[in-house]
Order: sequence, then C-alpha cells, then structure tokens
Amino acid sequence: MSNLDYKILIGLEIHVQLCTKSKMFCGCALSFGEAPNSRVCPVCMGMPGVLPVMNKQAYEYAVLTALALNCKIAEFTKWDRKSYYYPDLPKNYQISQYDLPLGSNGFIEIPLESGETKKIRIRRTHLEEDAGKNLHSAGNFSQVDLNRAGTPLLEIVTEPDMNSAAEVRQLAEELQRIVRYLGVSEADMQKGHMRFEPNVNLIITRGGSEFKTPIAEIKNLNSFRALEKSIDYEIHRQLDEFLETGKTMEMGNKTTRGWDDVKEETVLQREKEEAHDYRYFPDPDLVPVEIKEDRLREIAACLCELPLKKQMRYITEYKLTAYDAGVLTAERSTAEFFEQAVAAGGEPKRICNLLAQTGLKLANEKGCTVCELGVTPQNLAELTKMASDGEISASAAATIFEKMAQTAQQPRIIAKELNLIQKSDAGELEAIVAQVVTDNPKAVADAREGGKKCEKAKNFLLGQVMQKTKGRANPKVVSDILALKLS
Amino acid sequence: MKELRDNIAAGKIKSTAATETVFESIKKYEPIVGAYISTFEKSALDKAAEIDTKIASGKKVGALAGVPVAIKDNMCTTFGTTTCASKILENFHSPYNAAVVEKLLAADAVIVGKANMDEFAMGSSTETSALKKTVNPWDTSRVPGGSSGGSAVAVTAEMCFAALGSDTGGSIRLPASFCGVVGLKPTYGRVSRYGLVAYGSSLDQIGPITRTVTDCALMMNVIAGYDPADSTSVDEKIAPVPDYLEKLDEPPGKLKIAVAPRLNAGADKDVQNALADALNVYKKLGAEIIEIDMPHLDYAIAAYYIIATAEASSNLARYDGVHYGHRTANPADYIEVYTKSRAEGFGKEVKRRIMLGTYALSSGYYDAYYLKALKVRNLIRGDFVNAFEKCDCIMMPVAPTTAFKIGEKIDDPLTMYLSDIYTIAVNLAGVPAISIPCGFDRNNLPIGLQIIMPAFSEDKLLRIAKMYESQTDWHKRKSPIISV
Repeated sequence: MSNLDYKILIGLEIHVQLCTKSKMFCGCALSFGEAPNSRVCPVCMGMPGVLPVMNKQAYEYAVLTALALNCKIAEFTKWDRKSYYYPDLPKNYQISQYDLPLGSNGFIEIPLESGETKKIRIRRTHLEEDAGKNLHSAGNFSQVDLNRAGTPLLEIVTEPDMNSAAEVRQLAEELQRIVRYLGVSEADMQKGHMRFEPNVNLIITRGGSEFKTPIAEIKNLNSFRALEKSIDYEIHRQLDEFLETGKTMEMGNKTTRGWDDVKEETVLQREKEEAHDYRYFPDPDLVPVEIKEDRLREIAACLCELPLKKQMRYITEYKLTAYDAGVLTAERSTAEFFEQAVAAGGEPKRICNLLAQTGLKLANEKGCTVCELGVTPQNLAELTKMASDGEISASAAATIFEKMAQTAQQPRIIAKELNLIQKSDAGELEAIVAQVVTDNPKAVADAREGGKKCEKAKNFLLGQVMQKTKGRANPKVVSDILALKLS
Repeated sequence: MKELRDNIAAGKIKSTAATETVFESIKKYEPIVGAYISTFEKSALDKAAEIDTKIASGKKVGALAGVPVAIKDNMCTTFGTTTCASKILENFHSPYNAAVVEKLLAADAVIVGKANMDEFAMGSSTETSALKKTVNPWDTSRVPGGSSGGSAVAVTAEMCFAALGSDTGGSIRLPASFCGVVGLKPTYGRVSRYGLVAYGSSLDQIGPITRTVTDCALMMNVIAGYDPADSTSVDEKIAPVPDYLEKLDEPPGKLKIAVAPRLNAGADKDVQNALADALNVYKKLGAEIIEIDMPHLDYAIAAYYIIATAEASSNLARYDGVHYGHRTANPADYIEVYTKSRAEGFGKEVKRRIMLGTYALSSGYYDAYYLKALKVRNLIRGDFVNAFEKCDCIMMPVAPTTAFKIGEKIDDPLTMYLSDIYTIAVNLAGVPAISIPCGFDRNNLPIGLQIIMPAFSEDKLLRIAKMYESQTDWHKRKSPIISV
C-alpha cells in the first residue's frame, strides 16, 4: 500500500450538551449521575397532553456558540419533529431543527503542529433535545433512564475539511476550549458532554485514476485519544479494504462502525445506511424563534476573545513561547487573571512564570481556578515588579506567591516578614564586597587575570558575598561593585 | 347553571344537594345514554361538602362554586383515569392535571366524571370509542355527534351542569348541535392546551358545552387565558381576556351577518329552513344579511385530513407500550413491543388516521400533501379575513344533517368526514365559532346554528348568540328521555 497516493477526508458531526439551568423544553434540572428517572417530569417523560416550552437560555447559548464559530445566525428559525422509534426517546420524535438551523456557514480555526492555523468550515449548527439512556443490566429486560432526556444539545456539522486524525483532535480540543471559554458547556468527553462522530473516507490515486472509499461513520468515542486512534485505525482499514476488494463509494454504502476501546479497532455496526425517513415537519406545539438585531448584538457582546486568537496574541504581544501562551489560554479564568495582572503593571513573562509554575500547581492541588487562590492580580503585578526591580529574587517570588495564596497579604509585607528583601544598598554591600576581596586574594588574582579562570573566580566571589548576606544581596548590584573593585 | 352557582354561593342551595341530584340523574340516564367513561361520586360529594363548609364559614368561593361539571376524557386528571376512549390508555393514570382542570378546581367546580368520546377525538359520532357506546338522548337509535359526544350528552341529559369538550374539526359544535345544547370552540390560543391529549395540535382547542349561552360565558371566564406552559396560548397583552358575562345581555349594535348560500345549499332542507328562520330572527332585531362566497372552503376537508392526521401520526407515536399504557404480552423483541402494543391498543379509525398522516409526511410526498395542505389552509384563512372585512359574523349550519343513525356511517369514513364540512374550516382558520340550538327537524331532532367570528372576539360572539337565545325557546326544550 506504500506506493499509493491518498488523501484523507474527515468531517465531524458533533453534539455538545449545553450547561443550562434546566432542560431544553421543561423545568427539570440537568442530570449529573443521579438515580435513574429522578430528574424527570411529565414533559421530558413525554406523557400524554404535555407541551414543550423553549428554554431561552439554551437558545442564546447556542447562538453565542454559533457566533463564536463564525456562523451566520438565522433571523427566523423553528422547531421540527424528527420521528423515529427508540425506547430512550419517550415521544418517539425528537424536537430538533431541520431546514432552518440557527447557525450556518461558519468556520473554526484550529492550531496545527507547525504553529500555523487552519480553517475548518462549519456547515450548520442547530439545537435539539438529547434522548434518555437504555440500560441493559436487568437480565431479560432493558430499562430506560430518562434523566438525560431533554438536555439541550447543540449539534455542529463540519465540512470534510480535516485531513488527518491529528487535525480532528486539534479541532476537538479547540472546540472544547471555546465552549468552556463561553461557559456554555462543561465539554467533558468522558461524561458525554461532547460527542464526536467522524465521517472518514479516502481519495486514493492509483494508475492516474481517483478512487473514493466508502464513508464510515465512527461512533462510541469517549476520549480525545479514542477519537484520534479510531481515525488512524479507520484510515488503514479503508486502505487495506480498498486493496483487497477495490470497493468504492456508492449511494447507500456508507457504514457505521463502533470503536472498541479495548481492542482498539472499529467494528461494523450497520452495513448499509438505512433508508431512514424521519418525516420531519414543523412542531405545532412550539412557536418559531425570531431574533431581533439588537438582541443578537447583545449576545455578540458576550463573545470574549477566543482562545486561539488570545494564544497568538500572547506570543506576539508579550513575547511568550507558544507553550506558555497555550498554558495561559487553556482556561479562560487563567487568561483573564493573567491579563488583569498585566494591566495592573506587572511584567508579562514573570507573571506567566509565576502562574504557570506556581499558580496552576497550587490551583490544581486545591481544585480551584487561579483566580480563586486568594491572590489578586494587583498583588501579583506588584510581586513581579519587586522581582523586576531586584528587590527579591525569582525563587523568593515563588515563595511569596505561595504565601500570598495562604494569607492574601500584600507581597511586600510577606517579603519583609520572611526577610526576603534583597540588599541593594550599595554602601552596605560595598563593605561586604571589600571584605570578600581582602579575604580571597587568590580568586581576585584569577579574576583580574582574565581567561578561563576569570568567570569561575568571579562567580566564586559573588557566591561568597551571597553567603555573607544569607542570599539576600541583589546579585546585580553585587556584580557591579565587584566589577569596579576588580578593575 | 349561573343561577345555581349564585344560589350555592349565597348558601341558598347546597352544593351537596346539587351534586346528589346530578348523581341521581346519572343513575337514571347513564345506563341508557352512556355518556361517561368514569364518574367520581365519592370525591365529587366530598368536594361539594368542602365547598358547602367553605360557604358556611363565610369564605370567598370561586366562579363555579359547587357546580357539578364534566370533562372530556382526553383532559388529564390526577384522579381517575385519562383514557381518550382508547384501549391503549384504558388504565392510564396521569401524574398531573390539565391546565383547564386546575382552573375548574380553582373555581371550586365539582368534577363529577369524565365523558366518552371518539377514540383520541377522531370521529364525528362518538362511535369510535373503544370503551363505551354513547347514544343521543333525543333518539337513542342515533349518534350524539362527536367527538365530544359524551360531554354533550351529559349536559343534555342533566348529568352535569356544564362540560368541557375539545374541538379539532368540529368536535364541540357537532355534538352540541346534535344534542340541542350550546358549544363554543374558542379562538386557537385562547384556552391552554396543556394537559389536553393532543390529536391535531395546530387545530385542537378546548371549549365549553352548556345548556345556555350565559353558562357558556361563565365557563369561558374560568378557562380562558394565557398559560406559560402552552407556547401557542396567546399573550393577554396582545389579546386581553374580557369578562364574558359583563356585557352579555347588551346587544352588540347594528349587525352585518354574512351567509354563503353556495355552501349552505348542501345541507338538508330542514337544516336550511332552520337557518333561514334564525336569520329572520336577527333581521327582526335589526341585522343586515349579506351574501358572500368562500371559494376555498371546498378544500377544507381535504386539507384538514392531511394536517390533522400528519400531526396525529406524530402525536400518537408516544403510545408505544414502552413507557406507559397498554403493552403486549410476551413480545419477542423490542420491535414487537411497538408493533403489537399499537396493533392491539388502537382502534380502526385511529390506525387509519395514523397511516394517512405518516404517508403525508413521508419523504417524497411531503411537498405534494402536507405542504400543499398548509397552502390551502392559508387560503382558507384568507377567505375568513376577506369575509370579516364585509361583515361582523358569518352564520351557517353546524352540520349538513341532524343526528344520524348509529352504524349508518361508521363503515364509510368519507361520508362520516363530510359531517364536519361546515365546522372544519373554522379550525383551519383558528377563529372562534359557536353552535346554539335553532330548531328541530321533522324527526324532532335538534338543529344547531353556527356563528363564526374573527379571532379573539368571543365576547361579541356570545352577545350575538345571546340576542338570539333571548328571543327563542329552543334551548329550553328537554330531550325525551328526561321529559318522561
């Protein structure tokens, strides 16, 4: 297969659960693993006579996300019933959006390993209600848990613009970062908040002709790792299959394959795409949704700078490394804290180091965000200023940060209490340097001589001064005095 | 009923006495007419006693204080069953009350029972009920009309003072007309549908069936209004809910009444004559009669049977044997839970309409049927808009005939569907219409006069109806089973 040229095409169908206060069409709170059928009401159980009422928050979360994905927002949209029979679907139709999705023609920009970015087109985004779950643990019977039924679900469909498993993973991680930034979803793949169904196929060039392999849709992916691995597996499987059978894409030969996390392979679930007729029609129980220009502007105003853009800006504006910028922008709260500290006059690189090395570690230990550590951005800025001015050493800054997180005190007070203020008084230090120079004639001679031994001797002398000051001398000031004495 | 309510509230009549009287009637007539699927003698008497106590202790009571009323068995109640006259819901207990039930209870009404109906409200004669046979009190060999036949019969046979029905294509007006009582289908969106088991969601509307126009106005005072649980109920800021009793006895000034002779010509001679007589009564009261045509009404039945059945096919999908209702015994797999439960649980007419609707929504047919029907619906709406530019109200028969014989049309669905020829367009247009007694045919069977008005003008509609009622005695006649 090595002599074949092929191109990989991957499109995604994504479902993101929105973290609204209540379900899409009733007042039930969203479920987080409670006892089965404890977060239900007549509406989400599909009892006779019930009527849905649209959750406005869900609609606006969906619009906000669609805006972040650069979609065109439909001024007029409606709800449609998608009919199919399945035990986890209590009404045997799902309220969804068919021909007028709330968002369309957008794109998401994803970072590539090369450091460049790539635009993946979004075909449509629409809102719908999630189904319940079928449980198969009761012997001869199956049971249905409707806690999840009616959870607002944002469906995002991309164009087949991804050309590798790595790109799919980048998109998935980027989307996770975006929806978390917007605060519209917890986006935890393991918990099913975010579900990806890749459609994969290949365009193979052989003997001057192009062959398209049948599309496979992969289901049952519960982690970024599974998402990436399953696609890589599927690419090789399709190549092998093509070489063996020569089978190419035809109407109706799309298959559905399930990912087996243990065997790490995709398993055929459905041979032919069933000729499903969902009999969509407008839901007569719901009124169409029209969004006014000014409301749309208000929602758009809630859009923050998106993570990738932020990351790029940090690299150019603050001269941070791509890695550091990535760490700071992984969570919106960290990025915002960073920016507030910068705005308070702190030095970006030092703030970044303190946050990345000390702040995030502490937050992780405490299970909170960096903003919740008790350190204000102003105090952090002050702390980095003290370090920049040489009042404290870099290691002292980390110590003070930790103490600030415990006491919420100002850095200068802590520095004084812990005796971490460096001696910068030239007069005082000059006497000590003079003493060291007198006490170490050999090193002084080496230093003056220049050459190989010079640097080592200088460092030795500096070390002696630091020892005498118990590490609290400003190394810059000491170096300057020493240089003067040696010249 | 209004009088009864005021007497009960004033402590002159006990609600318990009124309720006992109603249950005496039920004992006497129910075996003959079969109006109820379930009755609640004990809870009704308890409630009546509770209201009597409330009144005795000087507490304020609601607009229906102590009045025994009935509801159609497609309105959910936490007490008793809610069957929709179907085997599939025969033992179904609702975990919640319909919005109108809550309103009745809040108005201190005494709910005596749940009335028989066509299965899932699909029918014009109450014959499709899988649970009970209801007959017409004026002639027990005849149908009471449908689908709210039980409600109309319960009112006619004095087995309650008022009842609620639901009207998707004529299901309140037709049985009211066949039974000689008053039935109002309000504007779509005026009364909450929350808890009304859906048939055709864009057409369904709950309304009162009563002995008089005044009682109808009183019922409307209780049930009308916006409900946040029903997105299709109308905001009262856009259409305020008036006190329907307040100006009821004031004639609404000079009236311009429109009739559509081309359409009316299809009705039975006695029905046409009764309509002409009714128009003469209005003329004597100073009304002007004009003639109009509503060309698209010819397509109303066709459009209705696509839209209503399409919605029904989806609304009734939930009765699957999985979550509640009838489940087949020993299914081989989960597919059989669906197929057998539904095959066993639904009656013939319901199956017919589910299949019709499923077909209409199927890919490849949607545009030709459903979409086309929606276009026709818009044209019909337009016919009404145009008509109301020229007149205050439209008057026409409720049905082409009076009550027909039991079994006469049940095996001929198309003929049965034609019973609704005068009522269906009103549902498609979403406007309000009332049926009031306006005479009797050669067989001494009641005839109804239908008055149709623009949306949200129920107050004026009731006043126009009341003008007529105060000039005539038709509503005072009692059916033979009561007179003897």
